[in-house]
Amino acid sequence: MASLKDIKKRIGSVKNTQQITKAMKMVSAAKLRRAQEAAVSARPYAEKLEQVLINLSQREEADAHPLLVQRGKGRALILLITADRGLCGGFTANVSKAAERFIRDNEQGFEAIDLMITGRKGKEFLRSRVGENIVKVHENLGANLSYKTASLIGQEIVSSFEDETYDAVYLLYNAFESAISQIVTLEQLLPIKTETEQETEENTTDYIYEPDRLEVLSQILPKMVDVQIFRGLLESNASEHGARMAAMDSASRNAAEMIDKLTLKYNRARQAAITTELMEIISGSESVK
Amino acid sequence: MAEKLTLEMVTPYKKVLSQEVDEITVPGSLGELGLLPGHTPLLTTLKIGDLSYKQDGKLFHVAVNWGYLEVGDDKVTVLVDTAERADEIDLERAKAALGRAEESLKTLTQEDVKFTVMQSALQRAIIRIQIAGER
Repeated sequence: MASLKDIKKRIGSVKNTQQITKAMKMVSAAKLRRAQEAAVSARPYAEKLEQVLINLSQREEADAHPLLVQRGKGRALILLITADRGLCGGFTANVSKAAERFIRDNEQGFEAIDLMITGRKGKEFLRSRVGENIVKVHENLGANLSYKTASLIGQEIVSSFEDETYDAVYLLYNAFESAISQIVTLEQLLPIKTETEQETEENTTDYIYEPDRLEVLSQILPKMVDVQIFRGLLESNASEHGARMAAMDSASRNAAEMIDKLTLKYNRARQAAITTELMEIISGSESVK
Repeated sequence: MAEKLTLEMVTPYKKVLSQEVDEITVPGSLGELGLLPGHTPLLTTLKIGDLSYKQDGKLFHVAVNWGYLEVGDDKVTVLVDTAERADEIDLERAKAALGRAEESLKTLTQEDVKFTVMQSALQRAIIRIQIAGER
């Protein structure tokens, strides 16, 4: 049986851990609020852009622009957005496993599937599993997430699509639903999907294009990719803080439970010690009589 | 004519403006454009420049970076990379950027990749300073 001192030490260390997890939870909550705001305020831009694109695609032939052409299944690229830091529950594992599953499921469909990863944790998770598929890793994006970062990745992806290194590009990330729930989401980045199924007949106003249609398209379409990536990064960032908050919350609760149990054990041990001492004293005084 | 245009301006970070205005002047990529209520649907790209709009007789200026603009049904949607109102512009920073851009342009030739980058940085700085002067 553990001595009193040992138990006391143990309680102290669990308390320390609890303090840390509590603090981390608080920090995550604050960061979550900011990340959530950023994700929400980025939505109008993406929505407007999508709207314009839908309007455009209703008047355009499907192959009006290289970025719209379906090239069949050759090489594919997945842009996987994960976290740089750990201690956020299943956040990275979930999305990384989804990537792994995608690769296994589509092995026949594509010639090859490469992975581009943002975030250190995703790289570490997948290196031993599908390491040969990883072509590029971006790290430390989360701290100061700017549109520029997203558009740099976007340009890289667009040019690799244009020179036919890849025939399809997907985006895989944790979409933010609420502070406690993230949804692993797979989106097609390239070729850009033109949603022709959507019937909005009344809305067929003819535009005047300046300078001309192709020019406008070739400026807007790459933008679309950037925006989707930016949005993915923001959402994933918000999700990460949410996941960390939830993980730290349950860690704090587990710690509290553990402290309770240990305290009980400590008190029992203390009582037992007192009883033995008393017995010793009593038997000692008995023998003196 | 009592009709007004609804002007909506969004950047990747936030919605900058959503207002009823009387008249808009934008820096289209083929030259300046004036928009009044009842304009035909239009989709155009924008270049770095000064977007101004008139509201109740007052003129407001916004420095915009690359973007584009959609007109339809008296609704004008402007999607730009950055947008700064005259009172948001940091004049000191713009001046410093102007100096930097000028310096590096001197050492670069037109063939350099960085030339166009610095040139647009220069343009942005000039526009910012110009607009800041009009507040």
